[in-house]
Amino acid sequence: MFADLPLLSLLIWVPVIGGLLVLLTGSRSSGLEARVLSLLVALLTFVLSIPLYTGFDTASHAMQFINFADAPVVWIEAFNINYHLGVDGISMPLILLTTFTTVLVVIAGWEVIKYKPAQYMAAFLIMEGLMIGVFASLDAMLFYVFWEAMLIPMFIVIGVWGGDNRVYATIKFFLYTFLGSVFMLVALIYLYFQSGSFSILDMHMQPLGLTAQIWIFLAFLIAFAVKVPMWPVHTWLPDAHVQAPTGGSVILAAIMLKLGAYGFLRFSLPIVPDASHTLDWLMIGLSLIAVAYIGFVALVQQDMKKLIAYSSISHMGFVTLGFFIAWTIAEANNGSMVGAAMGMEGGAVQMISHGFVSGAMFLCVGVMYDRMHSRQIADYGGVVHVMPKFTGFMVLFAMANAGLPGTAGFVGEFMVILSAFKANFWIAFVAATTLILGAGYTLWMVKRVLFGEITNDSVAALEDINKREFLVLATLAVMVLFFGLYPAPLLEVMDATVRHLIEHIAVSKLPASAFAGAM
Amino acid sequence: MIPLSYYLTVGAILFGISMAGIFINRKNIIILLMCIELMLLAVNINFIAFSHYMGDIAGQVFVFFILTVAAAEAAIGLAILVVLFRNKRTINVDDLDTLKG
Amino acid sequence: MEQIYNYSLIIVLAPLIGAIIAGLFGGSIGRKGAHSVTIVGVAIAFILSAIVFKGVVIDKVGTLNQTVYTWLVSEGIRFEVGFLIDELTAMMMVVVTFVSLMVHLYTIGYMSHDEENWPAGSKAGSNSYQRFFSYISLFTFSMLMLVMANNFMQLFFGWEAVGLVSYLLIGFWSVRESAVYANLKAFLVNRVGDFGFLLGIAAVLMTFNSLDYADVFGAATLHKDATISIFPGSEWSLMTVIGILLFIGAMGKSAQVPLHVWLPDSMEGPTPISALIHAATMVTAGIFMVARMSPLYELSETALSFILVIGAITALFMGFLGLIQHDIKRVVAYSTLSQLGYMTVALGASAYAAGVFHLMTHAFFKALLFLGAGSVIIAMHHKQDMREMGGLRKYMPITWITSLIGSLALIGTPFFAGFYSKDSIIMAVGASSNPAAGFAYAAVVAGVFITALYSFRMYFMVFHGEERMDHHTKEHLHETPWVVTVPLVLLAIPSVVIGAIYVMDMPFGDFFGSAIYVAAEHDVLAEVGKGVHGWFGMALHGFMTLPFWLAAGGVFTAWMLHRKGLDIAVVMQQRLGFIYKILDNKYWADEVYANIFAAGGRGIGSGLWKVGDVALIDGVMVNGSARVVGMLSGLIRQVQNGLLYRYAFAMVFGLLLLFGLFLFR
Repeated sequence: MFADLPLLSLLIWVPVIGGLLVLLTGSRSSGLEARVLSLLVALLTFVLSIPLYTGFDTASHAMQFINFADAPVVWIEAFNINYHLGVDGISMPLILLTTFTTVLVVIAGWEVIKYKPAQYMAAFLIMEGLMIGVFASLDAMLFYVFWEAMLIPMFIVIGVWGGDNRVYATIKFFLYTFLGSVFMLVALIYLYFQSGSFSILDMHMQPLGLTAQIWIFLAFLIAFAVKVPMWPVHTWLPDAHVQAPTGGSVILAAIMLKLGAYGFLRFSLPIVPDASHTLDWLMIGLSLIAVAYIGFVALVQQDMKKLIAYSSISHMGFVTLGFFIAWTIAEANNGSMVGAAMGMEGGAVQMISHGFVSGAMFLCVGVMYDRMHSRQIADYGGVVHVMPKFTGFMVLFAMANAGLPGTAGFVGEFMVILSAFKANFWIAFVAATTLILGAGYTLWMVKRVLFGEITNDSVAALEDINKREFLVLATLAVMVLFFGLYPAPLLEVMDATVRHLIEHIAVSKLPASAFAGAM
Repeated sequence: MIPLSYYLTVGAILFGISMAGIFINRKNIIILLMCIELMLLAVNINFIAFSHYMGDIAGQVFVFFILTVAAAEAAIGLAILVVLFRNKRTINVDDLDTLKG
Repeated sequence: MEQIYNYSLIIVLAPLIGAIIAGLFGGSIGRKGAHSVTIVGVAIAFILSAIVFKGVVIDKVGTLNQTVYTWLVSEGIRFEVGFLIDELTAMMMVVVTFVSLMVHLYTIGYMSHDEENWPAGSKAGSNSYQRFFSYISLFTFSMLMLVMANNFMQLFFGWEAVGLVSYLLIGFWSVRESAVYANLKAFLVNRVGDFGFLLGIAAVLMTFNSLDYADVFGAATLHKDATISIFPGSEWSLMTVIGILLFIGAMGKSAQVPLHVWLPDSMEGPTPISALIHAATMVTAGIFMVARMSPLYELSETALSFILVIGAITALFMGFLGLIQHDIKRVVAYSTLSQLGYMTVALGASAYAAGVFHLMTHAFFKALLFLGAGSVIIAMHHKQDMREMGGLRKYMPITWITSLIGSLALIGTPFFAGFYSKDSIIMAVGASSNPAAGFAYAAVVAGVFITALYSFRMYFMVFHGEERMDHHTKEHLHETPWVVTVPLVLLAIPSVVIGAIYVMDMPFGDFFGSAIYVAAEHDVLAEVGKGVHGWFGMALHGFMTLPFWLAAGGVFTAWMLHRKGLDIAVVMQQRLGFIYKILDNKYWADEVYANIFAAGGRGIGSGLWKVGDVALIDGVMVNGSARVVGMLSGLIRQVQNGLLYRYAFAMVFGLLLLFGLFLFR
């Protein structure tokens, strides 16, 4: 029954329209109808996204669920811009992650958000639709519009429901990301003039000279590196996370960061493979800095949200490392790229698993913040004595954050390290330090917050999680364990796409004459 | 017959007076408005003089337009001025610097 | 074979299910429900392990190597979860499940008043008893996953999972600052080892394109001469690199110098887990792993020498530390470190079978010693300082006898289990041709004296002599309940007999079949075995060897000092102040880690954060650019003064200027 529906269009517009409907309930009522309506919309969207998985052809690397495949829907005819949607093995899991996380965010904000709940929920629903739009777009201009539009609800979420220093954080967040995307727009327009089309798939096939490729790569890099975020353009993230409400942090960590990494896979690598090759040392270097440098920085954070934000940056380093390790592997193995797919798949898996794990960590901090109104580690201690159930969940997620085998946090890092070793011992060495650093910063925080004696009266008065919070955390716990113990389904979905991408980037796009000179 | 240059000289003098009024006047915003009106009149004189000299009626038609617009402008300007005075209790030009960056 | 596979599944799942039930529903099933369900789970696992042992080892039905499910497939490389059940695994399964079962039983007695260890009203303390059972069952599951793995991925899973449970159990009394410090330390030090281990696994995958044991070991010799360039310009043997990287993991888990610092601190955990995890099973995972990887290690003399040296240092120098401890558990802990060193030495000398044999006997007698110490601790109302004990043999006869048996086994008294395993190690090292074997031999032989000395110092201090405990404790002294003593007795039996039973099969026979591979030129055990004639002959011969006399000398010294009412620790403090200081500070290893690595890491962290992130990136780049824009606009805004006549003047002036330019250009 689902096969005939324009699923991707529905996934984009159901939450957006649902969000507008939620807005219509206004601030008159207590917000209950807004909450129920939002939950229904979020659930409906999630249900609609399931056929993407069940109906997905894992053997094919081609775009699937393309809307109106026979006749493209023209959006702006003069510039050949189409409303063109489709998913492959990389974007499909990310869409599922989005719809899943949004449901949790709606439930997590259920009674916590007292101020303008309808607007809060609506912002998340609209954001959900726009993020799905980013993942599903096959037209660069469509992608760009969704990419920028998505900033607005997030801007509002942090700016309205954020902490004390929210204005600074929102402006920083907005300017940083906006600055990056402008460069991307320039690159996209250049590509349009070269290929005569804004279709991403056409851009993939467009031959380009090396200089042009490098400029395009750098433009993309600024846009995506800010989003991932990569060192040294990462400083907006800790501020944004600290000031954002719990739901905002969850979406930010679980999905928004993935958009940058997704951009590398969808744009940088396939459109400018030679520039990616030429500059892969830069990407690997920045990734390793993210893993090690940020790991050390996370160690000394006093604010729990900041700590988790830094740990997110560190984990995202594995994603970019996995994506750009291919050529180093080829160099170390006489040109054979065997093993590169494992790195790239590892990076892609890391995107999904980090979505669950960091989302769960932020929810845990949110649970404590709702009660104590403090994120400072020093204000806590001995929480286990008053919140044993919560402690159980938090230790599980902390272990996942530290990359314990059997949890989702392990799979991606494991694959990337295995793959990196093939490229170079020292790359793997630095990457593997996360084993120590990750355990260090996460468990040290766990020790100071959860264990020990009860440090003050406000901790002693804490209530354990209620049923709603239990539901949210338990759902995430199940996902974290499931993907840790049985990641095969995820890999199955990605495998064909990633292998195709590796084949694609292995072929140079340089015009034949320039080929000799560039190599 | 009075030569064209006499008219133009009168126009230029009127224009100069009104300009000086705008620059030098620091006290009263009504004077400012009057100066603008005067400036328009100077232009009108030029229009009429040229119109007569060239034998082209269009210039005089323009004068009517300008007069109408000037009247409307003065009305609106004075209305704004009244509102401004109500809010600020002053029409001293030196005090009206809310556009300061 | 099908049956063994089914049994294996049940063996693994029974403790897991027990752990899940006790852990998640502990509140509703109560204490009795929790310990029943976990004990039944582990008992099933033990019985089936015994059946599997009979099938694989005694009936020789062959080796089971079967995949349970595919974890993931990437680039055609299959990462699977599966079982490899050969003689080595079967033996480990029996040892693990047996000791675990004993510890489960014992825990009923040991933890019966656990609520006293928690602050009043602590919700975590309300079902701590159930949680404890859940954890030790979970540990059993993890350890079984580790030993039954048929590939490196699952090995690593079990490896880290036992680390996790160890973390949870060391910090079980999470209200104690020292406990939560110790568990963090244990986890981090283990992570340092795992760091090497993971790189080792990556090296294996790179070399063999598979993580399956069978594939890797089958192809090992093909890569004998392969090299890897780690530092530009120098080529290292790939097998050496793999061997050392994997062994770094073993150094963490099996607490070898210099990654030993976590094990003494881990005694913060309840005593049953000290017995189960930090003596009998988990810490021997490293030994098991190296034995399992024998086809790889046999290809690298360098890696073996490395192992030999590390093991020898651990065996001797950790033994010294045992001499001056006053905490009863810490003495046993240092003894465990030292014994792990012995096993490692055996591995380094290619006497894998002897190392694993010692692993088995040690599991029994060290679990016995720990549980005996725990029994004493129960009787002493959770006081652990030996200076407050003494003369306990009158009050606790069963604990006394079993502890004596354990101590005799530990020091290697002929006919006891420890004698056979330790003597085969010493003989093997003596016969080894490895360049480091001479040093190792001296270390392990000297270690025998030290072992006897600290073991019997402890024994005399606890069970003999003056009764130094306070009046209140003394009044309540009595033998512990049956749930405590029965496991002691059941563990005492194998501590006596298991050595004699298996000595001719395990180190000197073909017990392990193809599970352990030793290159012909390294096969010291076969060489030594020629001179061994049966278990009885070996024990008789044992009386005439140097180690026996060293051990006897150790016991005698301990007895002499005890009779004079002297304590070695005190004597050393008075006469050998310098050495005492070194030992008392445990060679300053903790200080080095705390002040250099931990503090250094935090220092780097805050340096990078304050200088890199806050000052440079945020301060100079981000807010700096905002400041530059602010400054420029501050200049330009001067023009915008809000005065109409200025604007008008600027307009007219500008117009004139343009006219001027236009006219006089």
